[in-house]
Amino acid sequence: MKLLTAVVQQHKVDEVRNSLAELGVRGMTIADVQGYGRQRGHTEIYRGAEYEVDVVEKTRIEVLVDDTDADAVLRAVVSSARSGRVGDGKVWVTPVESVVRVRTGETGDQAV
Amino acid sequence: MNSGDTAWVLVCAALVMLMTPGLALFYGGMVRSRGVLNMLMMSLASLGLVGVLWVLYGYSGAFGSDLGGVGLLGSPLEFFGLSRLVGAEDTSDTIPTFAFVAFQAMFAILTVALISGAVADRARFGPWVLFAGLWASLVYFPVAHWVFAFDTTNESGEITAVGGWIANRLAAIDFAGGTAVHINAGAAALALVLVLGPRTGWPRGTGKPHNLPLVVLGAGLLWFGWFGFNAGSALTAGTTAAVVFVNTLVGASAAMLAWMLVERVRHGKPTTLGAVSGIVAGLVAITPACSAVTPLGAIAIGAAAGAGCALAVELKSRLRFDDSLDVVGVHLVGGLIGTLLVGFFASESAPAGVAGIFYGGGADQLWRQAVGAVAVFVYSLVLSWLIAWLLQRTIGFRLDERGEHVGIDETEHAETGYHFGDAGSTLRGSAAGERGSVEELEGSVR
Repeated sequence: MKLLTAVVQQHKVDEVRNSLAELGVRGMTIADVQGYGRQRGHTEIYRGAEYEVDVVEKTRIEVLVDDTDADAVLRAVVSSARSGRVGDGKVWVTPVESVVRVRTGETGDQAV
Repeated sequence: MNSGDTAWVLVCAALVMLMTPGLALFYGGMVRSRGVLNMLMMSLASLGLVGVLWVLYGYSGAFGSDLGGVGLLGSPLEFFGLSRLVGAEDTSDTIPTFAFVAFQAMFAILTVALISGAVADRARFGPWVLFAGLWASLVYFPVAHWVFAFDTTNESGEITAVGGWIANRLAAIDFAGGTAVHINAGAAALALVLVLGPRTGWPRGTGKPHNLPLVVLGAGLLWFGWFGFNAGSALTAGTTAAVVFVNTLVGASAAMLAWMLVERVRHGKPTTLGAVSGIVAGLVAITPACSAVTPLGAIAIGAAAGAGCALAVELKSRLRFDDSLDVVGVHLVGGLIGTLLVGFFASESAPAGVAGIFYGGGADQLWRQAVGAVAVFVYSLVLSWLIAWLLQRTIGFRLDERGEHVGIDETEHAETGYHFGDAGSTLRGSAAGERGSVEELEGSVR
């Protein structure tokens, strides 16, 4: 099993969800997050004072997938989250040791 | 001059003023969190712009000497800037003209703000302000003249100054603005929806109301202010105001119950949004009728409006109109229900002293009500559509899609309504800001 974590632009979430739904992905975790990468922050002027805004808001999406599906899901996330502009975000894939479905106690691929 | 009446009208003017910020909160809570500030700002803009326009030429256009004696428009420059009214003798023997100027100013401001609920999340702010000014000038001020400017008569009953055609020639009953305020704003809202189109992603993905407690707070302020709106329209502190006050209470109460009942039957659960929408629907419908019906009549009109509007707001999804916050479904439909039902429920024992169909009066009043309602609807719809269409074709009214995605608050106002935690946002040059820039931070991580 793999855990796919994507940090994407907030307004791309719906597109990502739709593309994964087409692949049969049945669940995900979505969170509003703040941070920065190469895009860094920006300077804002508010009421005449200049503010350094070091972090920007993004959305983090986490999806558990079978090993065999990982590549397809990764490609779907990347293509649906891409606008081509700075700040499109990142996706990474990590191996998962075990998964348990709380209600039934099912483990492994059964629980994904 | 009557000090009691003067005090009442001035207090009522302040009550009606409070309705516009109340409306802003009512609407603001209903949009997604990324659009709350723009929603508030559209109402605030009306307080700014229409307040100034009213003093410059709005009052004069609505209540100046009738141009040509046909009841369509007051002379807009007669009282320009109100200069000629300062120090002049008051025409009314009960309240100062300036008390009436103040009271009516709040109506103009509120009516413009009402429209904004139809275009949530997608109207550029600058064009909205232009629209507000043009609409107030070309639509509201004339229609206020039609409906609110009464003939002045001398002691022997001869007309010394002609007023608006709906109030006098037609003699439709619109006590506090079912036509001039609610049908008028509702028709303009419909025109804006037609010109601007739906929000991107509507009806899916435009979000539920982000803060219902804010909506309830706004509805509470609206109801509170509405006592000034309706009972203040008596322009005197007496029996009429008191009857209207009770009708305003019970009309809204009955409408709230009716809306919740419709929801309970159709969808299983009464909702908070439904309850407050019912309150507003009832207030809208009782506005034209509050001087013409008994409290039982007010209950009937309120219940009809609550149920009628609850059903009407479901139509927008079927008809594919993104009337975002139900300005058409509540204000246009509620305004029509109230204005027309006067023809049925008007009672001779009520202050207006006219009998409707259910009180042995025949259909005479009903057709007067219908003509007034249709006239305001058509005029407002056509003019509003033209103004909005011209703005869209020339400077662009609609926000672009990227702006909508990012959120209209950020795009149009460079602010966000809710800022939880201030991670990474520091004032440049402040002590906190000198701790280190992003570049240094990144360097230290590497």
